[in-house]
Amino acid sequence: MGKDFQPTSRNAPSEENPSKTSRAKRFGATFILSFVILFVVWIIFSGRFDGFHITLGLISSAIVAAFSGDLMFTSHEPRGIFRLWIRLFAYIPWLIYQIFLANLHVMYLVFHPKMMELINPQIIEFDSELKSDYARTTFANSITLTPGTITVNVTVLGRFSVHCIDDKSGQALPGDMESKIVKVFPE
Amino acid sequence: MKIIVMILLFSGLAFFTGGSIGILRLPDFYSRLHPAGKLDTAGQLLTLSAIAVFVLQDFSLHNFLTATKIVLIVIIVYITSPTATHAIVDAGVRAGLKPWTKEDQS
Repeated sequence: MGKDFQPTSRNAPSEENPSKTSRAKRFGATFILSFVILFVVWIIFSGRFDGFHITLGLISSAIVAAFSGDLMFTSHEPRGIFRLWIRLFAYIPWLIYQIFLANLHVMYLVFHPKMMELINPQIIEFDSELKSDYARTTFANSITLTPGTITVNVTVLGRFSVHCIDDKSGQALPGDMESKIVKVFPE
Repeated sequence: MKIIVMILLFSGLAFFTGGSIGILRLPDFYSRLHPAGKLDTAGQLLTLSAIAVFVLQDFSLHNFLTATKIVLIVIIVYITSPTATHAIVDAGVRAGLKPWTKEDQS
């Protein structure tokens, strides 16, 4: 945006054009992607297939996509994001399996008559290799989704503080989950 | 098909029961959040998938759309539940509430 006000760019108009076309292309890609997503969601939620409702959906998803399509896809190139989503969807079944195992463990703790001796609440800290915001957010949310562990804080340097309910759920961190997320978000 | 729905529904209810009992039995604020925010995710997944299977018993387009909406509810809860739990824990830490540990007790 600020480029146009610099005198150097005014002297070389040939430099301006490619950036403008790539920006326009990027806008078109994000617009189409978010339009498709919004329209699919519209169809799922509306459940009516007559001309009036379809037209309403087309118009409103076009307006919303034009205004906020660049909010949905900020930093990534539109092409890489598909592969990212596919890898993310491949990660989710494993996460649900882990959630299930940890749920059973917490259930066992809760129903155990000598629960107070089994639990050992503590806050552990460890450093993570993950760099990008998306990866850290996914990791923190995965930790919190797994019962027995809650992410308390993540620093800018990637230091995670995690509240664990007993020793066993704390020992599993960072471990498998982090290496899986590194595969999902390669940097 | 009905048997699958029943099994899913009752295992989901078992998780919800465990969550409620855990809230009552655990010693402090932070550890109570473990069953409160999390056993519900499994219970919610099981009960809602039971409803989705029940709806899909006689297959039609509208029932399929209803099942899709239920799956969307599951996804939304799986995104918002850890965020809310983290917000509560963060509020507790910022307010200076110390976590309960075994050493304090003995």
